[in-house]
Amino acid sequence: MNDMTPSSAERAAKLEGMGCKRKRVEDIRFVQGKGNYVDDVKLPGMLYGDLVRSPHGHARITRLDTTKAAAVPGVVAVLTADVLKTVNLAWMPTLAGDVQMVLADGKVLFQNQEVAFVVAESREAAADAVGLVEVEYDPLPVNVDPLKAMAPDAPMIREDIKDKTEGAHGKRKHYNHIFSWQAGDKAATDAAFEKADVKIKEFIVYPRVHPCPLETCQCVASFDKIKGELTLWGTFQAPHVIRTVGSLISKIPEHKIHVIAPDIGGGFGNKVGAYSGYICSIVASIVTGRPVKWTEDRIENLSTTAFARDFHMDVEIACTKDGKVTGLRCYTIADHGAFDACANATKWPAGLFSIISGSYDFPAAYCLVDGVYTNKAPGGVAYRCSFRVTEAAYCIERAMDIMAQKLGMDAAEFRMKNLIRREQFPYTSAFGWQYDSGDYQTALKKAMEATNYKRLRDEQKAKREAFRRGETRELMGIGVAFFTEIVGAGPSRACDILGIAMFDSAEIRIHPTGSGICRLGTKSQGQGHETTYAQIIATELGLPADTITVEEGNTDTAPYGLGTYGSRSTPVSGAATAMACRKIKAKAQMIAAYMLEVHDDDLEWDVDRFRVKGNPERFKTMTELAWAAYHEVPPGMEPGLEAINYYDPPNFTFPYGAYICVVDIDVDTGMVKVRRFYALDDCGTRINPMIIEGQIHGGLTEAFGIAMGQEIHYDPDGNVTTASFMDYFLPTAVETPHWETDWTEVPSPHHPIGAKGVGESPNVGGVPCFSNAVNDAFSFFGSTHIQMPHDHWRVWTAAEELGLHG
Amino acid sequence: MAKSQVAMKVNGKTVEALVEPRTLLIHFLREQLSLTGPHIGCETSHCGACTVDLDGKSVKSCTMFAVQANGADIRTIEGMANADGTLHPLQEGFREMHGLQCGFCTPGMIMRAYRLLQENKNPSEEEIRFGIAGNLCRCTGYQNIVKAIQYAAAKLNGVPFQEAAE
Repeated sequence: MNDMTPSSAERAAKLEGMGCKRKRVEDIRFVQGKGNYVDDVKLPGMLYGDLVRSPHGHARITRLDTTKAAAVPGVVAVLTADVLKTVNLAWMPTLAGDVQMVLADGKVLFQNQEVAFVVAESREAAADAVGLVEVEYDPLPVNVDPLKAMAPDAPMIREDIKDKTEGAHGKRKHYNHIFSWQAGDKAATDAAFEKADVKIKEFIVYPRVHPCPLETCQCVASFDKIKGELTLWGTFQAPHVIRTVGSLISKIPEHKIHVIAPDIGGGFGNKVGAYSGYICSIVASIVTGRPVKWTEDRIENLSTTAFARDFHMDVEIACTKDGKVTGLRCYTIADHGAFDACANATKWPAGLFSIISGSYDFPAAYCLVDGVYTNKAPGGVAYRCSFRVTEAAYCIERAMDIMAQKLGMDAAEFRMKNLIRREQFPYTSAFGWQYDSGDYQTALKKAMEATNYKRLRDEQKAKREAFRRGETRELMGIGVAFFTEIVGAGPSRACDILGIAMFDSAEIRIHPTGSGICRLGTKSQGQGHETTYAQIIATELGLPADTITVEEGNTDTAPYGLGTYGSRSTPVSGAATAMACRKIKAKAQMIAAYMLEVHDDDLEWDVDRFRVKGNPERFKTMTELAWAAYHEVPPGMEPGLEAINYYDPPNFTFPYGAYICVVDIDVDTGMVKVRRFYALDDCGTRINPMIIEGQIHGGLTEAFGIAMGQEIHYDPDGNVTTASFMDYFLPTAVETPHWETDWTEVPSPHHPIGAKGVGESPNVGGVPCFSNAVNDAFSFFGSTHIQMPHDHWRVWTAAEELGLHG
Repeated sequence: MAKSQVAMKVNGKTVEALVEPRTLLIHFLREQLSLTGPHIGCETSHCGACTVDLDGKSVKSCTMFAVQANGADIRTIEGMANADGTLHPLQEGFREMHGLQCGFCTPGMIMRAYRLLQENKNPSEEEIRFGIAGNLCRCTGYQNIVKAIQYAAAKLNGVPFQEAAE
């Protein structure tokens, strides 16, 4: 190689491949207001849809009259359940195997349920008409408490299935019962509890919350009567699933449905499901022959399109007296609202909740989940977590603290003693999951050193003594959390949605001049896919990331995939991207061998080129090979340089992290000040550290909101009392703490590039860490568990109940 | 409904239009002027995605009628880049510091930051956090937004930007 040739390292740096803090490609349009979100779509003749909603939590509809609304100038159509019945769409199937009313059919089952859909020439005319749809209701008894749902005299939520003794997931034991789901070994676990030296039991509630992306759910449906084709723009995290489900329920052939998810203003799980507004817009477009736009307002978003959590968990841990855990048992009531529209892999009605043994070496474990109907909104989604993983992580991390407290052990020391050890990987948990990799002790040790954990505990002790002497009214709390996620759904043997295996895809075309395009089945909602997928390709193929276009969200052009949620983009489509690159590279190697007149085994890869072993001056760069692929391929080889990969992962991935939080609590006001938050994450191979850090910051902020103030609350009459930003806490820049991030890097052994996914880790680990910090402050006064959210009032109340106000 | 005539300056250009008296300024900007940078994220003036600069103030355009803006001088995100197409230091700062993810809050956030830096050329972190408290972001956790604004302030003041230590 002559002196003019840049070194391998210099050439690698120019590619901006994996490991590079590459600036985001997306930002150029976003910072100039040139993003293209659904509400920016404007079609000729477009109409606006608006929904009439129920003011009641549970009521029979005795009269529904749309005459006055239809007479409003500008109103083109008013849809009701009776209209939808003519096209067999008054009800729709849910992802969870249930059915759901699109528009209220005879009765309403939760407040703000969709009752009628008005379509008009303008938003204003539609809003006028919504107020003129006349509905009379006969209120019914309401139940919003999942713990009372299976009482003998509980109000019957679902009359339509009252005689069904078999649900989508087996036997139903009550008319409000949806499913029972269990995992683990009950007998072995019960035996462990029999023998245990020490046991704890606690009732832990993860309240109902909402993902609340800044952009609400919206769509534009445009049906072309001549071609019989539907084009649907929408806020879809899973565009292909929407196309398939849309075809199955509308009977429009799938090749005549074009789903387009343009830029999405945040998703966090809210935009996985199919909602009434979408179905109504499609029907309205078919009926009127014109495009129809539907955009939710914020109240509609918070109170109707999905919710998250609402898990009510009775957890127990068994332990030896010297602090070795021996058993875990958990019984959960899951509130699914009025219809079971949870977004889970179909076989998993409680998602991946059996990750509840967490990061610890439990010899025996068992969990049982009962899903129930209540008069609340449907749609349990995985809000910035893999299916039900955050509920599991919260539960185990709180329970571990409670056990440490009972044993009189330090929370970190107790965890250290029970963490799965490095040499145990690959580790099969008591629930049967195969944790692929990890080095937990190193991560926790690093976190404790970085925060000077011991000194924090000393300070806390001194402060507590000062509090007891009456010298301060402030308490210090230290939260420790060590979480393990299970993400990247998923292996087809375990995961499907309505029978479609949860693989994902990447299709790469390299153009003659050496640039290219990559299309994928996933869909970014802010994660920066246009930037990071190109970095994988840059490293794999030796082409600069800037020369690769990444495109997602158009079902006509993108290969089939199951979309972006559950941290599955990198584990599944990221793997597909690498595998497609490797097909391309293999072909390029054959071309290089032909051009250099050597055997392909005599070539070696060097950053951006194949060179002859032992003779590095003889090489062909990838750019040269791209050109050759279009005019100089070996005899018999197909021209062109492209590949597609559908990746069915052999296993999930298991990102983990060690988080430590320090809070100062004013006992007299209930104010909790977060002094410090340190987050160490191990997401395996790091593709773009800048983006990883951004994901951690964002997820921690959402976790802060959940732990410290969020709740979708219903009063006993079924009124949702927290459905606007007046009442639903979203942290501003003022409350949001400063975040410290750190990492270790243990690559996933089964993933082509070793990456595990990261976007959801901070939400999963953050919530228990905040909650543990608040609980820790009060644990020294005999408190074992204070329910979230830890807002001022609840914290003050906890202090009051402990007699700390004198 | 009878329409009203309005005239205002938007991003340096005079526009005249007929609007319904109840048309919100955000709908007027987005739908009649096709300025889709400002977004709608709520209806209670909390989220700030619709923030524009109006007569020297940050205004949430979802809570103001278009007729109330008659005679006003408005700047939206579309009016921030320089005439030669180069980015305003705030736009550059948001990209350099990874101050955005989904991009939905960004136009409002930048317009608020623009006014903040007009009012306070060299704000502290605390002043920035307080100054953007009327704009919600669900993605970034604000830390990099603070840095982006500090980056822009330094550039506008002609001093080198120094990232605060972690």
